[in-house]
Amino acid sequence: MSATDVVSPAAASAIEAARRPRRFGALYVAEHQIRAMRAYGWTIVIGGVGSPLVYLLGIGLGLAAFLDAPVADGPDGPVRYLVFVAPALLATAATTVPTEEFTYTVMAGFKWRRIFWGMNASPLAPHQIVGGLVLAAMARMLFTAVAYAGLMLAFGAVGRPWAAAVLPFVGVLGGLAFGLPLLAFSASLKDDAGQFAAVQRFVFTPMFLFSGTFYPLDTLPQWLAWIGWISPLWHASELGRWVSYGAPMSGATIAAHLGILAGMTAAGWVLARRTFVARMRG
Amino acid sequence: MPEPVISATGLTKHYGDLVAVDGIDIEVAPGESFGLLGPNGAGKSTTMRMVGAVSTRTAGELRVLGLDPDTHGPEIRARLGVVPQEDNLDTELRVRDNLIVYGRYFGIPRAVCAQRADELLTFAQLEEKAKVKVDDLSGGMKRRLTIARALVNDPLVLMLDEPTTGLDPQARHVLWDRLFRLKERGTTLVLTTHYMDEAEQLCDRLVVVDHGRIMAEGSPAELIRQYSSREVVELRFGASRNESAAEQIAGLGDRIEILPDRVLVYAADGEAVLEQVSRLGLHPTTSLVRRSSLEDVFLRLTGRSLIE
Repeated sequence: MSATDVVSPAAASAIEAARRPRRFGALYVAEHQIRAMRAYGWTIVIGGVGSPLVYLLGIGLGLAAFLDAPVADGPDGPVRYLVFVAPALLATAATTVPTEEFTYTVMAGFKWRRIFWGMNASPLAPHQIVGGLVLAAMARMLFTAVAYAGLMLAFGAVGRPWAAAVLPFVGVLGGLAFGLPLLAFSASLKDDAGQFAAVQRFVFTPMFLFSGTFYPLDTLPQWLAWIGWISPLWHASELGRWVSYGAPMSGATIAAHLGILAGMTAAGWVLARRTFVARMRG
Repeated sequence: MPEPVISATGLTKHYGDLVAVDGIDIEVAPGESFGLLGPNGAGKSTTMRMVGAVSTRTAGELRVLGLDPDTHGPEIRARLGVVPQEDNLDTELRVRDNLIVYGRYFGIPRAVCAQRADELLTFAQLEEKAKVKVDDLSGGMKRRLTIARALVNDPLVLMLDEPTTGLDPQARHVLWDRLFRLKERGTTLVLTTHYMDEAEQLCDRLVVVDHGRIMAEGSPAELIRQYSSREVVELRFGASRNESAAEQIAGLGDRIEILPDRVLVYAADGEAVLEQVSRLGLHPTTSLVRRSSLEDVFLRLTGRSLIE
């Protein structure tokens, strides 16, 4: 509607009232989601700090002490096993967040608590609801990844100390590349008939085990290595290793890792947005 | 006449082959209390969703607050209050936080949200429950909280979809009292219901909807005057005898309806009909003379009861 149109006082008040929601709607949704996370805040904090502590202790003091053969090289020769594994563990931790925030939270929003329908009746648009969910999950991923990076620093598990400041962002990118397609999938479900548990068992766990997390991917035979190639976790782990200790990598490889992660994120975003719109505006 | 807050002509909604709303015309003036009365599946909720700018129409014209929902959805929704059929409060948040979080969706500053939340809790008679988890509220309290939440943006129109379905009689009356107060304050109410008493209590004007079409329109009193008699005699002879008794009293009153459990005789003077029935030597097990209601209007228009 152009400024020259004559509108009634009611219409004028509506146009004025929608200005802020049109601009900041996604932030309002994120605010709500983060407020709701407080209900399980301790789970987030204990999971975010406790899980890296257990892994870094277990691998740093246990497994690494037991391994003789170096598994990977940095620019100045072999790196310690803990340094090799840590960036992948950080990426895994960030990738774990969507297995909760983009599954059960989505089903709750549409079906169990129905809060998305409340948002839908407000000035917010479906794409802003998606945006808010993503922002809130990013906040949780960032918290988890920062906690991880801090502990890695304390354990001497980063090759270059400044890398601890960059690694969380690599983790978040990996989390989004895995999470956004999952969000689109979850939003398309009318019921949870065990699909989320199946994602955990048959998607997340194999991805965790076969993405070159604990050993270089080329150790695996070709017929298993493909899991790594399509896995956002592998791409994020490789980028993390490059950031952390300068794992040797060509510019093209770095660009490919980044491109694939960005591509999966973008495709997931478009699909999630489309699914939300179809469901909420039918 | 002031510009209508809602005006629809030929409003239609298809879901595949299913025609949910089949070309309805409605106009609602500011400050009016307007109802859609009809059985489940009549197309009331679909109409509400289109007016609420969350469902796109298949055909027809629709203006809400003078704006087209297709292009100005957020604008329209910014000035509507919506009470959905099924509660969608955030059960993980406390009562007062539900109001604050919802107010934020409208871009209302946090401090203003907090102040409005307190006012609305008073209005909804929930001050003492402010810090309680939503899950611990009764059904009636949840409904009142949902209404309070719908008022957080000071809406020009409050839309209520089956506001009292599932509530016990006492909780319904408390809710009606709150809605009546809003009506007195001049808030435009648009509500759907399949309870005739609710429609009679709250609506200045209503449309009777069935199969996605409008069957009749008017104030409750007008509709009763037009489609029913002043009084109704309800006679119960027992399920097996209703039909034969109805044949014997066929000439009485203006009209007779035979329902599975009773026979209804429509007449201006119910007591006179009752006397005639006993003069015919018929002795119903129970009899009742009452005023005509919208239930009777609906029965007349569709041949069916509202609640089946």
